[in-house]
Amino acid sequence: MGWAIAVHGGAGDIPLSLPPEKRLPREAGLRRCLDVGIAALKAHNHPLDVVELVVRELENNPHFNAGKGSVLTTSGTVEMEACIMDGKTMKCGAVSGVSTVVNAISLARLVMDKTPHIYLAFDGAEAFAREQGLETVEMSHFITPENIERLKQAQEADRVQLDYTQPIPKEVPKEAAVADGDSQIGTVGCVAVDSEGSLATATSTGGIVNKMVGRIGDTPIIGAGTYANHLCAISATGRGEAIIRGTIARDVAAVMEFKGLSLKEAAAYVIDQVPRGNAGLIAVSSTGEVTMPFNTTGMFRACATEDGYSEIAIWDSPTK
Amino acid sequence: MGAWAIAVHGGAGVDPNLPKERQEEAKRLLTRCLDIGISALRSNLPAIDVVELVVRELETDPLFNSGRGSALTENGTVEMEASIMDGPKRRCGAVSGLTTVKNPVSLARLVMEKSPHSYLAFSGAEEFAKKQGVEMVDNEYFITEDNVGMLKLAKEANSILFDYRIPAVGTCGAGAAMDSPLQMNGLPISVYAPETVGCVVVDKQGRCAAATSTGGLMNKMSGRIGDSPLIGSGTYASELCGVSCTGEGEAIIRSTLAREVSAVMEYKRLNLHEAVDYVIKNRLDEGKAGLIAVSKDGEVACGFNTTGMFRGCATEDGFMEVGVW
Repeated sequence: MGWAIAVHGGAGDIPLSLPPEKRLPREAGLRRCLDVGIAALKAHNHPLDVVELVVRELENNPHFNAGKGSVLTTSGTVEMEACIMDGKTMKCGAVSGVSTVVNAISLARLVMDKTPHIYLAFDGAEAFAREQGLETVEMSHFITPENIERLKQAQEADRVQLDYTQPIPKEVPKEAAVADGDSQIGTVGCVAVDSEGSLATATSTGGIVNKMVGRIGDTPIIGAGTYANHLCAISATGRGEAIIRGTIARDVAAVMEFKGLSLKEAAAYVIDQVPRGNAGLIAVSSTGEVTMPFNTTGMFRACATEDGYSEIAIWDSPTK
Repeated sequence: MGAWAIAVHGGAGVDPNLPKERQEEAKRLLTRCLDIGISALRSNLPAIDVVELVVRELETDPLFNSGRGSALTENGTVEMEASIMDGPKRRCGAVSGLTTVKNPVSLARLVMEKSPHSYLAFSGAEEFAKKQGVEMVDNEYFITEDNVGMLKLAKEANSILFDYRIPAVGTCGAGAAMDSPLQMNGLPISVYAPETVGCVVVDKQGRCAAATSTGGLMNKMSGRIGDSPLIGSGTYASELCGVSCTGEGEAIIRSTLAREVSAVMEYKRLNLHEAVDYVIKNRLDEGKAGLIAVSKDGEVACGFNTTGMFRGCATEDGFMEVGVW
C-alpha cells in the first residue's frame, strides 16, 4: 500500500531521433509535474485535488498538447477538452470545445462539483466558466508557433494524400504523414492514489492536429479516455477514435474485476487489444501499484510510488 | 445463419398515473416502429440500417423526447444528440448540440461513415451537416406546445425536469407534481419522463447494432451533454450484443451502462438475459435507468429499475411484445 502517482504527456509516433530541444523541455516538464504531485500527496491532499493540480501544470506548459500548446483545428482555432473522475464516489466532470478558459481541467471539476450535470460543451461551457469566475483569456494565448507549423504541415499532407487516394480511411493516422513525426503529442493526464486507497484521474487535451471544428475525442468520454472506480484510475492517450471504440479506460477496471487480473496484466491486456500504434495509458490501483503500457513508438510519461520508486521515460519497453 | 431480433424504447421512468390514452398512444408508436424494423429485417437490410431507420421514425414523431418533440434547454431552444454503433467492427458515430438537423441519428451515421472522426458537436456538427446535404429545418420545427408548457413548469419548480408528457391541467402545475412519493433524479415521478428513444437490432447474419437519440433534460443548461451520444454509456454494440439505454443520464455515464452489458457477457460469460439483469441490479447504485439489448444469437432482453419503460421487442420466431410496465 502507499500512495502512487503517474503522469503522461501523450502517446504517439515519437521518433527516436527526437532532437534534444524537443525532448529536454518535455522531460523537464514531466519531472516538475511529478514533483508537484508527489509533494501534494505527501501533504495529504485528496487525489482529486492532486490530479487537478498536476494537470493544470501540464496545461500551462506549452510543450504539451493541452491548454497552452494545444494543437489546432482545421480552422486554426483551439478547442480544448478535459475530464476528471473520483474513483470513490464515481463523480465526474467533463468539458469540450473550450477556447478561452486557461485551465479546462478546472472547468471540468466545477461541472462535477457545481452542476447537476457531468458534461458541458462549447458555448454552454464557456458561459458557465464565466459565471464561475474562472480565468479566461484571448484564444491566441494558447496558440504556439510550433502548432501553427504543425497545422500547416498536416494540411499540406492532406493535399498530398487527396491527390492519389480517395477519402482518408480512418485507420491511417493523418499525423503519420507529417515530416518530422512530432505532431503525435497526444494528451496530458494524471492518475493518483493516496495511502487510504482513494483514486482519481484527470485528462486534458487540445485534440488532434487539423481536426474538424466540433470534433470530440476520447478524453471527455467517461470510460474511453478517462475512468476511475474503487479498483483503479486510468488516463489514456493516443488515437481518440480507437480509444472510444475500445472503451479503454473502463476496460482496464472491468478486466481487473471480471478476470481477476492485476493492474499491470489488465492494462497490458487492454492495450494489446487496440491496433498497434494507437494507444497508451497510465494507471494506478487502490493498493498503490502503477503501470504505464503503450503500443505506440513512445509515450511521454513519469511515475512515482511511496516506497521511493520513480521513473521518467519516453520510449523503452512497451509494457511496464 | 442466426435469427433476427429487434427492440425499441421510448424512455425509462413512467408516472404510474399516466393517463390511459397517453399509454395507448405510446404503445401504438412503438408498435409502428417495430413493424418498420421487422419489414426491414425481412427484406434483409443489415442491422445498422435498421436501427437508423427505426430511430428516424421515432425522431420524426413528436411523441417522445427526440427530434421533433425534444425537451427544451433553459433558453427554450432544442439541442439534440444521438449516437449509433455497428457491432462487427465497433464503428461508431455521435453528434451533440444539433439545432437544425431533422434527423440526428442519420447525422451520427454520417459522422461514422463520412468523416475521419467519431463525434462531432455544435456548430462543427451543423457545418458538417450542411456539407453532407442532410435535411435541415428551423429550430422551431422541433419545439412542441406541450414542451413549451413543460419548460414553464420546470422553471417554476426551478429544477431539472425530464420530459413530462401529462398536460398541465388548470393551475395544477408543479404543486400537484410534488404529491407522488416516487422520485427520479430528485424529482417527483409525475414531473419526470425522460423518453429518450433507441433501437437495437441483430440481423440474420448475427450482426448487432444500436442507436439512441434524445433532446436531453428539460430545462438543461445549454451545452449540457448527457449519456445518449456517449459510446459505452447510452449506446454500445460489439460482436456479442447491441445495447441502448435511457434514464438518469448522469447515472448511466458513471456506470458506463451500455458497455457493461457487453463486458459482463465477454468477461463473466453471462448470457444476454443474465447480463442485463446483473447490470441493472448491480451497476446502477442509486441511479434509475433502463435498457434494451439484443445478442448475436437472436435473443432480445430489456431491464429497468424504474417504474416502467416504454418498450417493444420482436424476434424472428413470431414473438412480439409492447409494454409500459
